[in-house]
Amino acid sequence: MSELKLMKGNEALAEAAIRAGIDAYFGYPITPQSEVIEYLMTERPEKRTGMVVLQAESEIAAINMVYGAASTGKRVMTSSSSPGISLKLEGISYLAGAELPAVIVNVVRGGPGLGTIQPSQADYFQSVKGGGHGDYKLYVLAPSSVQEMSDFIEDAFDIAFKYRAPVLILSDGLIGQMMEKVVLKDQKERMTNEAIIEKYGDWATTGKKGRERNIITSLDLESEKMEAKVRKLMKKYERMEKEDLRYEKILCDDAEYLIVAYGSSARIGQKAVELAREKGLKVGLLRPITLFPFPKQQLFELADQVKGILSVELNAGQMVEDVRLSVEHKVPVEHFGRTGGIIHTPEEILEALEQKIIKNGRIRHHKTRESSIL
Amino acid sequence: MDVLDIIKPENQVFCKSKLMTDTALSYCPGCGHGTAHNLTMEVIDEMGISEDVIGVAPVGCSVLAYDFMNIDMTQAAHGRAPAVATAIARTWPEKYVFTYQGDGDLAAIGTAETIHACNRGENIVIIFVNNGIYGMTGGQMAPTTLEGMRTSTSPYGREIETMGSPLKMTELIANLPGVHYVTRQAVHTHKHARKAKKAIKKAFENVRLKKGLSFVEIVSNCNSGWKMNPIESNDWMVENMFPYFPLGDIKVDGKLK
Repeated sequence: MSELKLMKGNEALAEAAIRAGIDAYFGYPITPQSEVIEYLMTERPEKRTGMVVLQAESEIAAINMVYGAASTGKRVMTSSSSPGISLKLEGISYLAGAELPAVIVNVVRGGPGLGTIQPSQADYFQSVKGGGHGDYKLYVLAPSSVQEMSDFIEDAFDIAFKYRAPVLILSDGLIGQMMEKVVLKDQKERMTNEAIIEKYGDWATTGKKGRERNIITSLDLESEKMEAKVRKLMKKYERMEKEDLRYEKILCDDAEYLIVAYGSSARIGQKAVELAREKGLKVGLLRPITLFPFPKQQLFELADQVKGILSVELNAGQMVEDVRLSVEHKVPVEHFGRTGGIIHTPEEILEALEQKIIKNGRIRHHKTRESSIL
Repeated sequence: MDVLDIIKPENQVFCKSKLMTDTALSYCPGCGHGTAHNLTMEVIDEMGISEDVIGVAPVGCSVLAYDFMNIDMTQAAHGRAPAVATAIARTWPEKYVFTYQGDGDLAAIGTAETIHACNRGENIVIIFVNNGIYGMTGGQMAPTTLEGMRTSTSPYGREIETMGSPLKMTELIANLPGVHYVTRQAVHTHKHARKAKKAIKKAFENVRLKKGLSFVEIVSNCNSGWKMNPIESNDWMVENMFPYFPLGDIKVDGKLK
């Protein structure tokens, strides 16, 4: 039965993983996402559904455990926070190269280095520009509520198996730690081993019963084969852009100015839109739900309608680069964001919009651009 | 018996395992990897478990093990094979999961994964081929390189004061309670190969009996990396490697010898 509960984002995500009938979780504690493995260990999913949960010796071991289970067609995930995700990147690159379905969750904290345990969105570049080595991309989902922390688990696995590719849920310490009401979905049954062999027998390494052997590898020493592999990956990403782009438009129909924000910033951005509307300013919000694919065309078209765009992010200006690329200098695009774990207020965002866009907005070139953070 | 009789299948006393593919081995002539592969496949074939085996290949000379072993295989990132095998064994407990790793992979970059998979007593087999050198990248110093041994990154010989002592990974993990069976073998003579095969078989039997982790080290040669011909390298191995890495069982049925 679906169920209404008050839960932390991290816990809602963990509960959703059990209910989605996934087979295994491998993780390593790190603030602010440790509740995921704590919740799973407490819930005894091995008794509820037969799901395997294991605390690995490191983030590196955890992502390679994900690689192992994924190579056999199991539904498997891991979660971590920024420094831990950096450690996982080699494994994530291998997952992409070996074309394995898996879900990785990043509950982002501030960086670089050990940084801070407070919320941040400073892993945007790492998430959408590859992060690890080689030509690959991740399908990136950015939840902005506890409900989406829960809902995106199933969505992420659907995409991972549709494309045989790793999917990243890019959350942050704010969404992971806050409590909200959430409607949890019904319990789904885990796939049986027989069903997995039947469905994924053409590639998964489940033992070569009644078929030729399967091999999972990301290695292709012959250049032509490796180039063909890269081309195949790029086709996947093109298809993701065509078929699985997700975004939300809020009050964009009559907007003269636009805020672009994802995740926790989108929630605060929405409040800033309300404050602006109260002042008579026609401001809308575009929330990318997927950061790759990115709503490039939607921004390109909105740029014909609005007079300027403010990209609001909890970082020193990362997504703003993709917004600028998308609008191709049709209108002024500026960034506003706080770092270090400080959360911007709706008032700050509105003030930044008024100053940077409404009052002083102009199309600027590189040499005239100064730092955009407070 | 003439030549044509000798090569008849019924008269053959030694041949390639049916579970080895016909792909030409990428190993240097004289290297022990081919024999270690063949013995592993013979055991799997004789136990009748080839349809329930999942192997994990490492990074190193044996990265392409999946080209030669005709079973389902997953190729792991450098050093991470025990973590990969852990997850496969945990999610498919009825399967036979093994890793095949070299010394750089298992005893350097993958030390943490090796120790923790052993400590958890994962129900897997680890086959560890130790030739005291990084073969694939062209003969650099390994954690198991002997004192005074010249490699491209210890060109004046391994110096204990600055480079540490050769790591006895096998003795190290034998002390962990989760480890059920630990043995050190070699494959340079027919006699040694037969003993190594018995050890590998015992290891896979332990998986069947869900005894926990079995660890088979095979001390091997690297004639290319050691800059010797195959016969010289085997002699050198007997004279130098075996005294430091003595052959024989180290832990049997969970008890240290």
